[in-house]
Amino acid sequence: MKQQRPLLITNGKVVTPDGVREQPIVCIDGRIAAVDASEAQGDVDTLDARGRIVAPGIVDLGVFAIDKPAFHFGGITRAALMPDQSPPLDLPSRVNYIAKSGKPDLWVHPLAAATQELSGEDLAEFALMREAGARGIATGRRWIADSGVMLRVLRYAAMLDLVVVSHAEDGGIAGEAVATAGEMATRLGLPSAPVEAEALAVARDIALAEMSGARLHFRQVTTRAALDLVRAAKARGVAVTAGVTPAHFMLSDLATGDFRTFARLSPPLREDSDRLAVVEAIGDGTIDVISSGHDPRGPEDKRLPFSDAEPGMAGAETLLAMTLSLVRDNVLSLERAFELLSANPARLLGVEAGTLEAGREADILLVDTDKPWVVSTARMTASAGNTPFDGQPVQGRAIAVVKGGVQVIAN
Amino acid sequence: MTSDGTPTQSGRYPAGGHAFPHGSLTGIAQLERHEILYLLDEAEQWVDFNRQSEKHCDLLAGLTIINAFFENSTRTLLSFEIAGKRLGADVVNMHAAQSSVKKGETLIDTAITLNAMRADAIVIRHGSSGAVDLIASKVDCPVLNAGDGQHEHPTQALLDALALRHALEARGEGSEDFTGLTITICGDILHSRVARSNILCLQAMGASVRVCAPPALMPVGIERMGAEPFHDFDAALKGCDVAMMLRLQTERMSGQFIPSAREYHHLYGLTQHRLQRCAPDALVMHPGPMNRGVEIDSDVADMLDRSIITRQVEMGVAVRMACLDILTRKGRGLPGWQGDLGKGQWA
Repeated sequence: MKQQRPLLITNGKVVTPDGVREQPIVCIDGRIAAVDASEAQGDVDTLDARGRIVAPGIVDLGVFAIDKPAFHFGGITRAALMPDQSPPLDLPSRVNYIAKSGKPDLWVHPLAAATQELSGEDLAEFALMREAGARGIATGRRWIADSGVMLRVLRYAAMLDLVVVSHAEDGGIAGEAVATAGEMATRLGLPSAPVEAEALAVARDIALAEMSGARLHFRQVTTRAALDLVRAAKARGVAVTAGVTPAHFMLSDLATGDFRTFARLSPPLREDSDRLAVVEAIGDGTIDVISSGHDPRGPEDKRLPFSDAEPGMAGAETLLAMTLSLVRDNVLSLERAFELLSANPARLLGVEAGTLEAGREADILLVDTDKPWVVSTARMTASAGNTPFDGQPVQGRAIAVVKGGVQVIAN
Repeated sequence: MTSDGTPTQSGRYPAGGHAFPHGSLTGIAQLERHEILYLLDEAEQWVDFNRQSEKHCDLLAGLTIINAFFENSTRTLLSFEIAGKRLGADVVNMHAAQSSVKKGETLIDTAITLNAMRADAIVIRHGSSGAVDLIASKVDCPVLNAGDGQHEHPTQALLDALALRHALEARGEGSEDFTGLTITICGDILHSRVARSNILCLQAMGASVRVCAPPALMPVGIERMGAEPFHDFDAALKGCDVAMMLRLQTERMSGQFIPSAREYHHLYGLTQHRLQRCAPDALVMHPGPMNRGVEIDSDVADMLDRSIITRQVEMGVAVRMACLDILTRKGRGLPGWQGDLGKGQWA
């Protein structure tokens, strides 16, 4: 699926880092040739945006499954896959296979396992996996408990200029917890861990990142205390970034009230004061990335008692709409929203995408920011419909997705 | 109870209303105060019935009650079995804990199977919080929670309330509820479903509830359930009217939560000496089984005038008879019983 003819996108409001501009975009040979119409000559395809938003394709950092229909529905053109696969992405051959798996209409950027078999003990072959296509190193669903191992991971990754994606949850404190310690977990009798489990892990990993000079990205930071640590580290110049998924800025642990396993997530949903802290951190720039955490789980994983159910949610389809709700609530601007969804994750992964600039890959969305729809597990295109947002009315949707200059979907 | 053995219906609910508008009993949290009182009133008649030499009636004759216990139990299972049999039902015990059935699809499969066997009531014990709610949503017969994980054990709380009410009545201090009483629950609050159900039940009946445990065994946010938390047992006992001791779960004592049973007894064991800190004539309760010499000394547990531990066991059968009776009334075609049963998706 190579772009055969130039594509001219007209009548759109183009989201650039400098603001929203009404201007055409020209794509040639899979790349953005110009952010004006001057190079559109001769035989071109035209896509009339009809006044809609034209935005960079979403780069979803840290998904657990490649789910092309769901990604295309959600406007995701690139996805960084976590190493927690079966088998784990801890060998160059596996990374190489995954790196090619979605092309041409979806690019998958594997995150290589930091340790062999994700056991938290022996380092995996980062350099060979980088050559095989890995765009980062990740600790997987678990925290590396041994600080010595984590320091070596960070040092080695720094040498290779690979970002390290860390799971911020002190495993010793978290244990078998499935909920955040607090009134809701106590009432439901769920094994729970205090919010400090996250802050402790963040504090340690920041200290190790400072020692090693590595680029450290926390895939999800969900508590006020941990966000304060990230804020302070950034202020003193540590190369640390933080991500979050919509569940943690939209929902609190009240969503687990009826033992609803769709709200069984990792890290678990927090009390509302922490949810508000996440919203605040998105607004003030402490959070750099909003990703879907896409982890579709079938009924065999979710139709269980809460503590026996697997954590995770299908998030790809709702990522854009939930982020746009922050724009409507004036938490952030539209340009900033796409920095968090596209530009920042692309920068962390070192890929030439994420912004609508000449020379970048032509991964482009047409977004109707007002389009109303209702999230429905029954109608999701994801491989499983486990969303805690089931039944929620939302606004905003990608109505067309262009990947490498070729339109792959029109919703 | 009428002369022919038919239970009377309490007048505690409004004419044409529903005294117990629940299809299943999954927790105390679902109950209003008047519903708790109604269950206790109904259980009273079975206390008298159980003290007769002839302890059998045909109220539930022809009904099948399945006790599905996914977790080991002796006294609760026996209590439910006796309750069902005294009411004339066919009682079947399923010892799921001894088979490979533990979790996963199998739990819902089991619910489907039990439903297909046309049980008239299912009693569930399971090691995971919320498992009973899950099953109750999948079957179309009443489900009784006999303990789910660390969540709830509603019949235990009801039998505790009934035992306490009886003991107070025997002293001439009886009243409909526990307004003015201070009750201290001490032990492994973190892992205890009995504590959670009792906090809700006793508070609904007007009591002030204190909870006491070492920090590692005290759940976060317990004060938001209305219970006053203590780590100092002596302070927690001061002036209380009832000391409710919980079993220290020895299987959890491998240095993770407390250093040793010996040290635990030193700090949290109920001794004769400590009992003096309570109100004069304070009552002693324990849901059993007891670790004598750990959370409670034998000379306290066996005090005839203060300990109501055996009375709790006795009330357990009566409470479970009342629950089985009430929850099956809709199925038996008795008018005035709403019973919002499960989805019946596989019915």
